[in-house]
Amino acid sequence: MTTVDRGPDTSRENVADAKAAAAGLASSRKRRPGWRLLLGQPLFVAVVVIAWAIWRSQADLDSIEKRQLDWTLLGRLTLEHLKLTVVATVIVLAIAVPLGIALTRPRLRRAAPLVVAFANAGQAAPVIGLIVLLAIWLGFGFWTAILALCLYAILPVLRNTIVGLQGVDPTLVEAGRGMGMSNRSVLGRIELPLAVPVIMAGIRTALVLVVGTATLATFIDAGGLGGLITTGIRLLRYPVLISGAILVAALALLIDWAGRVLEEVTRPRGLE
Amino acid sequence: MSDNTNETEVSGVDIDLIDVVKRYPGQKRAAVEGLSLHIPAGEIVMFVGPSGCGKTTSLKMINRLIAPTSGTIRIGGEEIGKQDDDDLRRRIGYVIQGGSLFPHMTVTQNIALVPGLLGWDKRRTAERVDELLELVGLDPARYRGRYPRELSGGQQQRVGVARGLAADPPVILMDEPFGAVDPITRQRLQDELLSIQEELRKTIVCVTHDFDEAVKLGDRILILTEGANIAQYDVPEAILANPADRFVADFVGAGAALKQLTLSRVSEIDLGRPTVAQIGDSAADVLRAAQSAGDDSVVILDAKRRPVDWMWTRDLLDLDRVPAPHDDTDLVTIDRRATLNDALDTMLVSSHGSAVVTGRRDEYLGVVDFQAVLTRIQDTHDEHHGVPDPEAVA
Repeated sequence: MTTVDRGPDTSRENVADAKAAAAGLASSRKRRPGWRLLLGQPLFVAVVVIAWAIWRSQADLDSIEKRQLDWTLLGRLTLEHLKLTVVATVIVLAIAVPLGIALTRPRLRRAAPLVVAFANAGQAAPVIGLIVLLAIWLGFGFWTAILALCLYAILPVLRNTIVGLQGVDPTLVEAGRGMGMSNRSVLGRIELPLAVPVIMAGIRTALVLVVGTATLATFIDAGGLGGLITTGIRLLRYPVLISGAILVAALALLIDWAGRVLEEVTRPRGLE
Repeated sequence: MSDNTNETEVSGVDIDLIDVVKRYPGQKRAAVEGLSLHIPAGEIVMFVGPSGCGKTTSLKMINRLIAPTSGTIRIGGEEIGKQDDDDLRRRIGYVIQGGSLFPHMTVTQNIALVPGLLGWDKRRTAERVDELLELVGLDPARYRGRYPRELSGGQQQRVGVARGLAADPPVILMDEPFGAVDPITRQRLQDELLSIQEELRKTIVCVTHDFDEAVKLGDRILILTEGANIAQYDVPEAILANPADRFVADFVGAGAALKQLTLSRVSEIDLGRPTVAQIGDSAADVLRAAQSAGDDSVVILDAKRRPVDWMWTRDLLDLDRVPAPHDDTDLVTIDRRATLNDALDTMLVSSHGSAVVTGRRDEYLGVVDFQAVLTRIQDTHDEHHGVPDPEAVA
């Protein structure tokens, strides 16, 4: 029996909906292989680093090379490099995210292009020049390197914060306001969570930029794995040069991986 | 419509707009040029008009998403300009096209948002969420933990309606609520809204560009021209029968008489009562009964009085007992709440030229035929053309 029922019986539609929803769930499960890809990167880094370590413990090195590739020194340089990366990124976050939020509020919206242009200049300027100029002005050392790195890495986070917030469907913002949420709670409970994936992508870009650029910190006596590369070039010791390059690349890949994991973890559930 | 208000308690309140103006800076003409309007408690008022006529602006001034340039708006007698905007909005339901659910929140979190803002405790909120999901026809156990993207468009819209009702506000504003779903789902959602409204009797203000939707849902329809000037504000029957001017007539469009069909429900018609029989009855007895009633066909019911077949008497001649229907009998029935439009649709495909009407739990009620529908249309037409409706002026 076919029934043309215009009443509130929803069973038929619910069946179709259940199918659609099941398909939706299946596709959300399909995202899992992304995690497998995420595991590949650290495995690759581990293989490279272990291979390098085996070479290091067996290679026939002269005294200079031995001193440069001393295990404790290598550990210290890696830590310095990490410290530069993490401190610079944290400062970038602390500045760029609130600034990005402020620049999407109605009152400051018009200033956004100006600030982005300024940040753009920071990224466009060659870091090596920036780092040296700042050192001449402020002196050598860790904090000068941090300042240069921050200037260099602020753009992606700032831009992605602005773009991420601007990308939130304005009808959702209006829905929130229309339901009686204050501006602040619309920002905290709707706009920011929805912009998180885009903001996190910017943060990962910044991390990768900083970890690579931190190699230059050694020029102004701020430490990091860049020291191995410059020493290797200056003294024509290829084992040192190549070791430095491998370690920097491995660290960069690891940081990139950490950024990806962070992106996955912070993505609000319910978003594709 | 507007004259059967006392079935359930009205939980809505009046809304009054008094000479409300909205002027945007840099625009010569005001978007809303002095709109004055009384919206009675417990009614659905539909705002329709061409795009850019200011209907959405007028709606959004009621919850102050848009602040009026001048004029007064009162809800339940209280002037809204003197209240805190956020407090005001928490007491007004807001339903938007497509549901506009927050994609990173579950169905429960979406619905519980306003109760949360109002500081309800967890248990009360959870109970309310389940109650509302049931009201909009979604099984709470199955749907409360889902994210919007795991729902179909129709289900999202249902959750959107539930969210609008969450804190039991006396007034609900709807902005093109069913614009984003397919026509069949839309019709279903409209029917559901009407049955929810039958129970709750809120004051609902709804913007639509679809005049047929306005006719179907509205207790009253407000037709606006540019600048939110009122072209006509009346009950749908009166607008269809007596368009105020050329603009309204054009807007109503061709087939105003046909549109009347969506105004009347099958339940308002006197149903025909042909001979009925139950499966297993003696065929001879049934034939005799049909003959004495002058029927050439018999409606067959099952043990729970649900219609299962509609047989010609000639097919019963060679039989002992009334048979159970074949699997391929496709008896098309209509619900008593179906519109006359739906009824006509069904009759056209039925070989009997009429349709079997069912009530609660598909129980058999009777049969509706063309003549009954025509009589009904004629009556409505006379009603509104003969004497001018005194309410039409108010």
